[in-house]
Amino acid sequence: MAYNEKVLDHYENPRNVGTLDKQDANVGTGMVGAPACGDVMKLQIRVNDQGIIDDAKFKTFGCGSAIAASSLVTEWVKGKSIDEALAIKNKEIAEELALPPVKIHCSVLAEDAIKSAVADYRSKQKGG
Amino acid sequence: MKMPIYMDYQATTPVDPRVMEAMLPWFVEKFGNPASRSHAYGWEADAAVTTARKEVANIIGADPREIVFTSGATESDNLAIWGVAQFYRDKGNHIITPTTEHKAVLDTCRHLEAEGFEVTFLPVQANGLLDLATLEAAITPKTILVSVMAVNNEIGVIQPLAEIGRICRKHKVFFHCDAAQGVGKMDLDVNAQNIDLMSISAHKIYGPKGIGALYVRRQPRVRLKPIIHGGGHERGFRSGTLSTPLLVGLGEACRIAGLEMAAEHSRVLALRERLRTGILNRLTHVVVNGDVCSRVAGNLNISFQYVEGESLMMAVKEVAVSSGSACTSASLEPSYVLRALGVSEEMAHTSIRFGLGRFTTEAEVDHVIEIVTRGVNKLREMSPLWEMVQDGIDPHDLQWAAH
Repeated sequence: MAYNEKVLDHYENPRNVGTLDKQDANVGTGMVGAPACGDVMKLQIRVNDQGIIDDAKFKTFGCGSAIAASSLVTEWVKGKSIDEALAIKNKEIAEELALPPVKIHCSVLAEDAIKSAVADYRSKQKGG
Repeated sequence: MKMPIYMDYQATTPVDPRVMEAMLPWFVEKFGNPASRSHAYGWEADAAVTTARKEVANIIGADPREIVFTSGATESDNLAIWGVAQFYRDKGNHIITPTTEHKAVLDTCRHLEAEGFEVTFLPVQANGLLDLATLEAAITPKTILVSVMAVNNEIGVIQPLAEIGRICRKHKVFFHCDAAQGVGKMDLDVNAQNIDLMSISAHKIYGPKGIGALYVRRQPRVRLKPIIHGGGHERGFRSGTLSTPLLVGLGEACRIAGLEMAAEHSRVLALRERLRTGILNRLTHVVVNGDVCSRVAGNLNISFQYVEGESLMMAVKEVAVSSGSACTSASLEPSYVLRALGVSEEMAHTSIRFGLGRFTTEAEVDHVIEIVTRGVNKLREMSPLWEMVQDGIDPHDLQWAAH
């Protein structure tokens, strides 16, 4: 399958691969997908005192498009408020990467990863 | 080094320059129809076809009169299975074949099922080999044909042909062997192995595409209903003007394979083992699919745990290999052969078939080891599942939501 240049760029040079401290109260971790389906995305965000996401990291098991979608999302959420990050829609991700119809689920998964990471962050804040 | 490095010799092989050389005069200069009996153009073409027929027969221990030329192994499989089934349908309607056969065999059997034949699709063992007791137990008084391939195209395992042949002969059942991946790479002898029908392909043995043969035993005689009707060429089994250049290519490919098989086998096996140990020494969580011992020299099929198949193919794009998933545009279908071995869907997706052959070099193998190691390590560094494994968590123990 021929990939779009942007997908290839993110795949060859993924941004923000890594791990943040899960125990940190300011870090939210989202893990979505399933190994049997061929995609698992882990997205972590760190939120500073001003409520701005100042760091984001990902690890993804999946196809080139899944890797590219998660890499792109880490770039996009950085510097955004939580509400701004939640406003990122899968459609924008799919458009930016020019994903073909069979790869739309990768962008859906990336959007879910943001929601899941935010939910984890919020529950930690409430708990703390 | 020519990039991408070609390691897909089970898909096809380049034509050997010696084979092409032998073919060339038969296009422009010596273009006669081998069926023309009335002039020298026909006679010289017929002589070339006779020589080719001898070479093909030689490499499998057959008589030249038992060779029927076809367009390739797919046609040979169709002619053998459909032809026997239709001719002997009054004698019996039962066919036996393993689930790991080539689609040309499986699909032909499925069509016969739709026509009222009964087909037993036999499971194979975890190493890909057929269990002989299971085979023998499946034979009934209605069984007319057993079809088992010599070498599996995906995992390279060699089936115990002589034992299968003995069982078939004992029960007076015809034995068809799809030997597309076996001819010229292992010892084949239709008499020693009691094979009644054998499919042969030229382009897997450094010959041209579009030509093959079917061996049809004369003693005891196997009869077939033809699929292609016409001028009665090939003793009525397969009508249609013979392609002299392609046949000369097939014959020359068989001649060279017969001469060089022993030396080539040891050379390719050494390269395959260099690749296998090279990868296994550098990466953990790697599994070889299919039996390692009963295996053709030029095949290595490996699954890499905790990396995803499609991204793995992207990571090794400098190597021309086949993936365990038929990556169609719509969905990733894991290989039915690996699934038949009990390989999990996840592991089937991350498998790569490396096919080595006559023109593979040691430098290429070493380079491929580096590319694969680098690619798998990169993807694992990026994989949340690999991270869990490093933390001592087995991702399979977790509950995952399907999506």
